[in-house]
Amino acid sequence: MSRAEGRETVIEVRDLVTHYGRREILHGVNFDVRQGEIKVIMGGSGSGKTTLLRHMLGLHRPTSGSIKVLGRDIAAISKKELYDLRRKIGVAFQGGALFGSMTVAENVQLPLREHTRLDEKTIQIMTRMKLEVVNLSGFENLMPSELSGGMTKRVALARAVIMDPKLLFFDEPSAGLDPVVSAELDELILKLRDALNITIVVVTHELESALKIADRITVLDHGRVLITGTVEEVRNADIEVVQDMLNRKPRDETIDADEYLRRLTGTGR
Amino acid sequence: MYPVRKEGRFTIIELNGEVDLYYSPKAREQILACLNDRLNLLVDLSRVEYIDSSGVASLVEGYQLARDAGIEFGLVGVSPAAMQVLQLAKLDQVFPIYDTVADALEGRRAGVQG
Repeated sequence: MSRAEGRETVIEVRDLVTHYGRREILHGVNFDVRQGEIKVIMGGSGSGKTTLLRHMLGLHRPTSGSIKVLGRDIAAISKKELYDLRRKIGVAFQGGALFGSMTVAENVQLPLREHTRLDEKTIQIMTRMKLEVVNLSGFENLMPSELSGGMTKRVALARAVIMDPKLLFFDEPSAGLDPVVSAELDELILKLRDALNITIVVVTHELESALKIADRITVLDHGRVLITGTVEEVRNADIEVVQDMLNRKPRDETIDADEYLRRLTGTGR
Repeated sequence: MYPVRKEGRFTIIELNGEVDLYYSPKAREQILACLNDRLNLLVDLSRVEYIDSSGVASLVEGYQLARDAGIEFGLVGVSPAAMQVLQLAKLDQVFPIYDTVADALEGRRAGVQG
């Protein structure tokens, strides 16, 4: 039984179909996230995992299907409602997306300055509390250019949780990190879930990280969901692509010749 | 305004409901006003359903000010929801915490034997 069994659903994606231009990327994806769980979206390059993430953030409009986040259908709400919804959501982007001209503390505080009128003293204490959580206390005045890759990601995490979001998205936490730093970041993600009681969605291609942190995993391949299950269920799944991933076996791409030719020549279907 | 009462040497501010980004500035204002008047202060958290980090930050600021000014400051009747937040930030080891006002009056901290 998974940790989130029977809990409230905070994200519900139904029959999601998306296109970039004429190319269909997601082909009817169903995806759920329950309150308090760490849900990992796994897949290789081109599997559609980042596309799914961007749709859940309301950055793109789906071709068809529905996306409910914290009870709101994000394709159907106004810009103002989407803005309010995003205040309850934290996002840590793949590269950190820190502002190079601002110190660590200024980067972390930015959402509070944008969205609240809290007193300066409150903002300073909240910033230090969050830097404590990500083990970066004392680094407030460093500039992003002075940080290592792992520190950059931790600052991005501190900024993502500064508003105490109910939901946190983390895009590729392990990308570009050495294995030790990557493992430390996994620990931090687990700590955040427990310490701040946040529901976390992690997008990753790193199998080891996924197996370590996930309550449940959804494996995407070529824009379709292959399986959603607990770590154990995914390990035991009798699905070739999943087993190849587990065994780190390179895949033989099967090419749809007609489709490929159409893509190269830019001709319609 | 949060309800305020007097018991013995303490002024008690009773926070309630959700102490979040919207309500915490009001809590902070009341806490700082009491400390400004040099009142020994207990913050009653028994009716707090949720407290976010802006609420906790206001308590931290209040406690620091009280210590600097030599004024008594404590938390009383901390609700399970608030206690969880304090514990996770390791602040349960920082604030003076009392089960009841009577305990606070006698200086008997929660979880401390004897």
